[in-house]
Amino acid sequence: MDAIIQVRDLRKTYHMGDIEVPALRGVSFGIARGEFVAIMGPSGSGKSTLMNLLGCLDTPSAGQYFLDGLPVEQIERNLLAAVRNRKIGFVFQQFNLLPRQNAQENVALPLVYLGGVPASERMARAKEMLELVGLGDRLHHRPKELSGGQQQRVAIARALVTRPALLLADEPTGNLDSHASSEILALFEQLNRQGITIVLVTHEPDIAAHAQRVLTVRDGLLDSDTHGGLPATSVAVRPRLSVLRRRPPLAKRRSV
Amino acid sequence: MSTLTPTTEAPTLPTSAREYSTEVNPALVAELQAGGISLGETFEIAISSLTANKLRTLLTALGIIIGVAAVVALMAIGRGSQESITASITANGANLLTVRSGAANQGPGVGGGVGSAQTLTSADAKALADTQNVPDAALVSPEYNGNGQLVAGSLNTNARIVGAEPAYIGVHNLTLTEGDFITDDQVNSMANVAVLGANIATTLFPDGGAVGQSLRINRQSFKVAGVLASQGGGGFGSIDDGLIVPLSTAQRRLFGGRAIQGGAALVSTIVVQAKDQNSINNTLAEINQTLRIRHDLPDNGSADDFSVINQQDILNSVVQTTQTLTLFLGAIAAISLLVGGIGIMNIMLVSVRERTREIGLRKAIGARESDILTQFMLEALIISLIGGLIGLALGVLIALSVNLSGQIRAAPSLSAAVLAVSFSMLVGLFFGIAPARSAARLDPIDALRYE
Repeated sequence: MDAIIQVRDLRKTYHMGDIEVPALRGVSFGIARGEFVAIMGPSGSGKSTLMNLLGCLDTPSAGQYFLDGLPVEQIERNLLAAVRNRKIGFVFQQFNLLPRQNAQENVALPLVYLGGVPASERMARAKEMLELVGLGDRLHHRPKELSGGQQQRVAIARALVTRPALLLADEPTGNLDSHASSEILALFEQLNRQGITIVLVTHEPDIAAHAQRVLTVRDGLLDSDTHGGLPATSVAVRPRLSVLRRRPPLAKRRSV
Repeated sequence: MSTLTPTTEAPTLPTSAREYSTEVNPALVAELQAGGISLGETFEIAISSLTANKLRTLLTALGIIIGVAAVVALMAIGRGSQESITASITANGANLLTVRSGAANQGPGVGGGVGSAQTLTSADAKALADTQNVPDAALVSPEYNGNGQLVAGSLNTNARIVGAEPAYIGVHNLTLTEGDFITDDQVNSMANVAVLGANIATTLFPDGGAVGQSLRINRQSFKVAGVLASQGGGGFGSIDDGLIVPLSTAQRRLFGGRAIQGGAALVSTIVVQAKDQNSINNTLAEINQTLRIRHDLPDNGSADDFSVINQQDILNSVVQTTQTLTLFLGAIAAISLLVGGIGIMNIMLVSVRERTREIGLRKAIGARESDILTQFMLEALIISLIGGLIGLALGVLIALSVNLSGQIRAAPSLSAAVLAVSFSMLVGLFFGIAPARSAARLDPIDALRYE
């Protein structure tokens, strides 16, 4: 069994002047390769903090985080950029595309920061990814010439272009109408069937329902760990390694 | 492909923490450090950011443009005036030593002042012209200066009159436009001939053809032997507004009352031209020795009764003065360059703020802090380089149009150009640091949520 994510007693405390604000108070769980997991929780629950830590955008105050075998909490902050570049694909609520570059250039951008990939290969791989998300005919469109759903598809293609171990989506449908939302979720499900591990952060139960597994965060602790259709099982703080051991791997194919 | 691969192809999930190494594998660190964006790619990003908003880029560069243009133009004007002053001094001839009567005012007490006592004679000049006395002299020109009333037909004017010998024309680097210069025969025979300066010739003989005409100097009749070409340069004893007669004529016929004392014919100055620049000091020593012996001055440290002015000394002090002036002008212009640098910093800080989300995104997808820092430093450098080059072109243009005006001379120099452009780059580098650092240090989380 492959573990993409292994988190042990992860803690994060923010310092607001003299006041210590504990955002995460010890969270442990594992995510296997090929899983489609939603992280849910009300605002202020520590869900965003957890996402930032999983995305290597922030460093934990305590605890361990292994991402695809890498001990993230031990890696120097400056090197985390390389980890983000190679291991994680981000999808944001705001799409965050560069407005002056066309879809293909936007998708190729992470390869520029990866380095060592010639421009022609970058463009070829960007085209491949855009075809994968169904935008093979929109290569040269600028973001403002695309609909919200299409822009988010470009962002997803960009997230996948470095062939990361994990696709991390933060409220990816927050800025989309219901039609575009279901399109994007269908795309996620399709990508997941192709073996891509997806972690989706949301506060909407409808969206989370598309995932096979839902982790609920409340007050900085893991509140529940639910598998598709099954009633919620309260897990509190205990690590849920057993869950991973019990379940067979979901993906048959691992590469894009 | 250089994506990261774990040490084992598919690590199995460990059941306890002990199975994970707590040491970071150095090979892993090396792999994470490898790759990354190249400088060329960062440069392209910087260029595309600058061209995305061309007007703002140009306005940002404006401070640098004005600063560099000011430095280049003012340095050129400073250098130009130095050159024209130098030219007007050397227009009277090169490597000249001027001997005058009277001691230079040195030490305590009230000196007599140069020229207060007439001690130089034609015989002194002959002694200096003797190569046994002053072997390093090329030419010796004794001169007697006076003023007189000139009348030609119905026209008259007051002018400087110089009594001179044939050496005069060579020492002072003059040329004739018509006629001949004074000859030895005319000096020996005290002939009443005159060679006119260019301006005097046009004043007295506006219709031209002055040679052969006659004029009256202090009520004595003279014949015009020649006319000198205009010396230009102005000031510093230009002969354009004067005329030249044989030295003996001046001493005995025109200024007889003052020029002959105790039977000796006095001269105002003896101008000695050294063979070349290197022999000026030797010539000076030889002149001193010869005159001290001739004037019976004892070797016990008694003061000279003459003084020698070295043209080179005057030149050096003038050059030094104008160089100081040029530096001063340049320093004032450099202040505007500094202000231009603050402009760059200001606009770039705003630009970092505007592009917060873009910076956040770049960091999220793998840009390191150093990549962002480099990008913004490059932007500042490119702006200041472009500003420097445009400013350089503008500065040269200003210098050339100053030249065209004919009032002041401006001489643009390569050193000033290199100095101004490299200083503008330094300014860009210095004032680019703050915005670039603030961009590099942006927290990707905050940056991505920035509205």
